[in-house]
Amino acid sequence: MLMADASPTPATLHEIVRDIPSTDRCFEIEDLTIAYGDKTALSGLSLHVPRHRVTAFIGPSGCGKSTLLRAFNRLHDLNEDVARQGRIVLEGQEIHAPEVDVADLRRRVGMVFQTPNPFPMSIYENVAFGLRLQAALPKRRRDEVIEWALESAALWDEVKHRLHESALLLSGGQQQRLVIARTLAVQPEVVLLDEPASALDPISTLKIEELIRNLKSHLTLVLVTHNMQQAARVSDYTAFLEEGELIEYGATDTVFTNPRLARTENYITGRTD
Amino acid sequence: MRRSTSRRPWLAEGPWAWLAAGGVALSLLMVIALLVLLAGRGLAHFWPQDIEAVTLEDGAQFAGQVVREQGLPGEVDGRERLYRTGNRDLQGAQWRWVDVADIDTRATPEDLVIVERRRWGPFIGRVVALEGPETRWTVEDGDTLWQQLDERLNRVSQLRSERDVVRTQYLEPLAERLANGEKVADDEDELQALKARIVNLQEAMQRDRVVLESLEGQQLTLTLDALIDVTRPNAMSLPAKLSSWGHNVWRFLSEGPRDANTAGGIWPAIFGTIMMVLLMSVLVMPFGVLAAIYLNEIAPQGRLTRLVRIGVRNLAGVPSIVYGVFGLGVFVYGIGGTLDSLFFADELPSPTFGTGGLLWASLTLALLTLPVVIVATEEGLARIPDAQREGALALGATRSEALRRVVLPMAVPAMLTGLILAVARAAGEVAPLMLVGVTKLASQVPVDGTFPFIHLERKFMHLGYHIFDAGFHGGDVESAMPLVYATALLLVLVILVLNLTAIFLRHTIRTRHRVRTH
Repeated sequence: MLMADASPTPATLHEIVRDIPSTDRCFEIEDLTIAYGDKTALSGLSLHVPRHRVTAFIGPSGCGKSTLLRAFNRLHDLNEDVARQGRIVLEGQEIHAPEVDVADLRRRVGMVFQTPNPFPMSIYENVAFGLRLQAALPKRRRDEVIEWALESAALWDEVKHRLHESALLLSGGQQQRLVIARTLAVQPEVVLLDEPASALDPISTLKIEELIRNLKSHLTLVLVTHNMQQAARVSDYTAFLEEGELIEYGATDTVFTNPRLARTENYITGRTD
Repeated sequence: MRRSTSRRPWLAEGPWAWLAAGGVALSLLMVIALLVLLAGRGLAHFWPQDIEAVTLEDGAQFAGQVVREQGLPGEVDGRERLYRTGNRDLQGAQWRWVDVADIDTRATPEDLVIVERRRWGPFIGRVVALEGPETRWTVEDGDTLWQQLDERLNRVSQLRSERDVVRTQYLEPLAERLANGEKVADDEDELQALKARIVNLQEAMQRDRVVLESLEGQQLTLTLDALIDVTRPNAMSLPAKLSSWGHNVWRFLSEGPRDANTAGGIWPAIFGTIMMVLLMSVLVMPFGVLAAIYLNEIAPQGRLTRLVRIGVRNLAGVPSIVYGVFGLGVFVYGIGGTLDSLFFADELPSPTFGTGGLLWASLTLALLTLPVVIVATEEGLARIPDAQREGALALGATRSEALRRVVLPMAVPAMLTGLILAVARAAGEVAPLMLVGVTKLASQVPVDGTFPFIHLERKFMHLGYHIFDAGFHGGDVESAMPLVYATALLLVLVILVLNLTAIFLRHTIRTRHRVRTH
């Protein structure tokens, strides 16, 4: 199923967003270039992320997929020597606009990291952390939100009797679900997942994947993963990045079974020619 | 030929293991030897030692406590013995070397007493009689004499504390009010009444007298208010000696020094040391922690930050006396002098803040320990994974919220490590203090009942300086020596207690923040 074209060009915006109607776009990225010092991480990248779907970013290490993910909630702002060009639009609003409050943006766009990073506090306080940053909730309401968040993260049954124990006593998989619960508690619109299962055992990984599938009913999820099976299992759309450029983007089924470009197929099948 | 390592398996690790283990053993040994020496020499001083009545070959008699014995210089068999004979006022010296060969007999009769006096050091000899206003008891009365003596000594000490209360709580505040011109009609009369009352109390303290006689035959009559304590070590049982020892140790800890720091206790020095270290901690912690936070969390990491960091680390190596000079020049003369000319002009030329004092000493030591706190805190902050900071930011925390709610609580153990190091350094520091506020004898501790309760401008006593002063500035080396050992032991103990407190605190917090390792 190799393409006839011997030197395929990267996908154009027109091609890859064809089937995502503009009303269903959560993120619109246009011509995004990000450089750290004199090293370019992303060059002229454009893509749209559909609302209430799981979008996976795949590609070799250093291809810029994590940089792209961290651009969604402006976490790359923390690097001192970062330079950015291009637009990132969330629900019609440019996120770099001066009137955008970064803290509020990050509440709307939650993030789960590669290694579980619960705070050294109790389970309850971990989930309550984001809530306490907002306007004060009455304790009863807060307790309800925390229970809901832990249930949504499929952790409630395991921790309901030990909410006030240290979160660091949980297993790695539980910690990662706790981090997801913590993120859900502030009711984000988008959750970014940066290789959320790469540090976990297979059973914990399955639980996380199931969780991701359940969450897309009311959330937009963006997933970075090195695990092709995982991308195929949980995502609706898949973007393949290489050397800071978007190579191919489309429905996951298409990308995995019938990729447009040879480079994509080689990466997915693990061929290195 | 077999190699020696196989025959001796404990050598299998090679010479480096032995060298390293030897180093550890040597350090341990030195620490233990230090503590044993300090404790042995220091604590033995408080033991009520037997008094010997010595008769010499020529028939002369004297009484004293054996201090030590040594060979006579230039002779093979000859030995001489040092006695503490007391009676400085009668004999001119309270130490006596005696050639052992000259001693005819030694005895420990039960009626020998050692009398601690307010002046002239101890008296060693016999009690001849106790004279009350009407009655007179002599040695023939046996135990009655000792009972009466005890009772009357108690009475005197009660009268004394009553006098002190009248003086400090009533007379002095009133006199101060009068001096400030706040006159009320009866104040003058009340002042006179109080003065009369004190005179009365003092006269009552002098009511009873005791007649003492040394073994050389000199008699001495003292009013009881000149006495501190009368003990008969030769008549004491072991439990009685133990309790007397405990009592002496307690008095050493709770009383002020006497006789130019060669006798009495060291309470003001303990208090001054702890007070200064606490104040120093209160001053250094906020500065050090804030500086570390700025350097590690806020400042852009560049050449300038690196330069500042190197500077801070090098400050830790500056000799402490340099800080003392700086404190004297900047804090005492500069800031203190300015404060005086602005707020205490009516007191000039006698300085208030323009001279060394608790505040300036604490500030100087805070400056001295600042690098330690900064370095320790910065290392703690650097150890906190960025994932924690990003985790907080990703939940919508601002940078300052992430810092306050996640990073700082995790860095508390490191801050406490900094505090421990700072306390250890500050409590042992003497040299800079001599320039900025320590004194050999402070009449008042820096905390009392008059407003503003903590008197930061006062000079204070310090254990380290007390060792230096008692040991090397007094005329009487023999009597100062045990006090030097005891004070040194106490200084080590005070530092130990301060450190253990901080270590315990850190442990509690670490347990709460226990990080699970996978």
